[in-house]
Amino acid sequence: MNPVLDIITSRKLTYEQKIMSLAHTAEDTVSVLPIPEKTKYYFDSNAIDDLYEGHAPYRPRYIMPDYEKFVKNGSEFLKIEPPQDLDELLNSLMILYKHVPSITGFPVYLGNIDKLIEPFLDVLSDAEAKKKLRLFLNFLDRTITDSFCHANIGPEPTRAGKLILELEKELQNAVPNFTLKYDPDITPDEFAELGIYTSLFCANPALCNHKVHAETYSTDYGISSCYNILPIGGGAYTLSRLTLPGLANVATSTEQFLHQLLPDCLEALGKYMNERVSFLVEQSGFFETSFLVKEGLIHPDNFVGMLGITGLAECTNILMSDHGKRYGHDIEADDLADEIMTIISDFASQFPAKYSKIANGRFMLHAQVGMDYDLGITSGVRIPVGDELENIYDHLRHSARFHREITTGCGDIFPFETTGQNNPSAILDIVKGAFTLGSKYISFYEQNSDLVRITGYLVKRSEMEKYRNEQVVLQGTTHLGAPNYDHNRLQNRKVRGV
Amino acid sequence: MTRAPINKIIPLSLVDGPGNRTSIFLQGCNLACAYCHNPETQAVCNHCGICVSGCPAGALSIVGNRVTWDSTACIQCDQCINVCPTSASPRVRNMTPEAVFQEVQKNIPFIRGITVSGGECTLYPNFIKELFAIANEHGLTCLIDSNGTTDFSRFPELMALSQGVMLDVKAWDEQTYQKLTKGPTNSVVKKNLQFLSDCNKLEECRIVCVPGEVDAEDVISGISQIIGEKVRKVKLKLIKFRRFGVKGRLQNTPSPDDAYMQELLQLAMDLGFEQAVIV
Ligand code: SF4
Ligand code: SF4
Repeated sequence: MNPVLDIITSRKLTYEQKIMSLAHTAEDTVSVLPIPEKTKYYFDSNAIDDLYEGHAPYRPRYIMPDYEKFVKNGSEFLKIEPPQDLDELLNSLMILYKHVPSITGFPVYLGNIDKLIEPFLDVLSDAEAKKKLRLFLNFLDRTITDSFCHANIGPEPTRAGKLILELEKELQNAVPNFTLKYDPDITPDEFAELGIYTSLFCANPALCNHKVHAETYSTDYGISSCYNILPIGGGAYTLSRLTLPGLANVATSTEQFLHQLLPDCLEALGKYMNERVSFLVEQSGFFETSFLVKEGLIHPDNFVGMLGITGLAECTNILMSDHGKRYGHDIEADDLADEIMTIISDFASQFPAKYSKIANGRFMLHAQVGMDYDLGITSGVRIPVGDELENIYDHLRHSARFHREITTGCGDIFPFETTGQNNPSAILDIVKGAFTLGSKYISFYEQNSDLVRITGYLVKRSEMEKYRNEQVVLQGTTHLGAPNYDHNRLQNRKVRGV
Repeated sequence: MTRAPINKIIPLSLVDGPGNRTSIFLQGCNLACAYCHNPETQAVCNHCGICVSGCPAGALSIVGNRVTWDSTACIQCDQCINVCPTSASPRVRNMTPEAVFQEVQKNIPFIRGITVSGGECTLYPNFIKELFAIANEHGLTCLIDSNGTTDFSRFPELMALSQGVMLDVKAWDEQTYQKLTKGPTNSVVKKNLQFLSDCNKLEECRIVCVPGEVDAEDVISGISQIIGEKVRKVKLKLIKFRRFGVKGRLQNTPSPDDAYMQELLQLAMDLGFEQAVIV
């Protein structure tokens, strides 16, 4: 069949999803990126992957506009005056979001949302504010039909943050994802506990280690899409990944893998990423034409290239198969994994990345969480589902060790027993311990919750069921979530609690 | 050296007190409540040997005159506790406070404290005192989960080391109490309520609710009369009876319905228990 006609006649896609797919198919008919033979080999071996980012980049993968600046100045291009009250603010944001591009076609970052809203709440009662915020949140959920969309809360407690958390519990929306930036020295227990409590009803918000992430860039950071820690006023040009198990499969020995194959493949990936970035910056015209740049909401100096890695667990297990040692369970396996991470990290710290001023001319590492087509490849540096460590503390110690080298996003997901709802302070204690040890990001959901976290984004179990029954569903990410949930047996994730 | 029989140590407990805690369950109880969920913790093993031959994993053996248990071989099938004629368990380790703390320490920095429970942990006051002293040195708070039959006013050192007591107030009327627990009297429990409340060490009161068996209404009002204005601060857990794990005459008794639990909650609220919850 003709792929274009397939899309046009699909019974599983909404109109909007068809347009996106058609655009993607059109983009892939051109080949503007020079790809050397060696790089092709790594692509063909499934060792490197462009994550379906398209063959001719014409917008950065993730954009993190400086929304504070927008609220202060308004926008000439959009003919918006600086908002004077909550209605105007929410309306202005709704308009701007529509014009923030990304790889998904939807905005992946909505701002430090509580901070944006807080100054406009003074004159409103809780009930009045909630009515407006409810409409706003539902607008986002129903129009940004892709869960790779993120809003941030905290680390300071705000009334806006509290109202949003209360509403999220009630609304059970999949979009946006929320992250609570958490720092025990800034965030009061009560606010953090409200966050955790809420997450045990609607899988939102996740918590990020603010102390660690605040050090990442010279500017403020935000969390976008599926746990990407990126500079505000910029974002990520691209995310390409090294699929470690694919590379391990073509290795002739562990030694050859470590000292020949891995450095060679990283070099190929680095060059490929530079090609993508160069085309985007030099040829696509994005930075010359976007009003976001002209109005100072983003600046090319604030963009980075993210070098993703995934499947560290399976890679280690493949290389260790003769010894029967397993990632997460055996010291030898973890030491090997550590060595692999060190090689990758050393590569990133010396390979020259183009146009990456904020990252000092380097690529930044990201624990890529996986694609719908990944089979038997565990997200980033996570321990595979079904092989989790019995004791959650051991699990988190392991995470802390392997989160260390990864600067632009790396996290864990834990389903909890329903009883956790009665004692969020207990879960907060666990978060505090994990963050003290250096774990960077953690999220929870309740074992029977309709909303579940797939690899980082949220999908409803009820929607996945519809999709499996060949029905049209609102959220595009359900298409990715359903196969991922099945392939990776996510229903078997170890439920924590006593 | 002080030792106590340890039934188990749970690294992560969401239910035994505020925050995340490691719970230590001691073996042996001076009561035998009809609704007990883990009756195998009530008695201390007398090494009769009856359970040994039935162990499918070869985890039990007789060494000298004593039954010993190999925790690494055990498959947790519960066969041994099912055949034990005395409500004991061979799966118990006699441990020093130091040895117990070594296991607790692995859970730092994820926990804020420990809770000792049972069985009835206050049957080993010196052991828990020594354990608490070590835990305090490491910055952990210590809670006691007790049936209240030990007079806490007699153990000032232990009380000083402990952040508080979670008290299981089983019944109010003495005859009801005797029938339920096989214990002689609940007068010490009532004395403890007063004492702990006066010295601000009453962390929580707990009632397992079984209509017809437990006079929960009287317990709620009895507690409120004794502790007075502190009702506002003390957590009250109204536990819905569940027959899971129960052996004996209540093993087929159904759980009370939600309407009954709501009535109790309402009563508690009316009497000023702001922190009453149904669990
Ligand atoms: S556990 Fe029970 S059956 Fe086994 S030796 Fe001890 S008392 Fe006897
Ligand atoms: S539970 Fe008891 S009977 Fe079963 S394996 Fe363990 S020691 Fe043996």
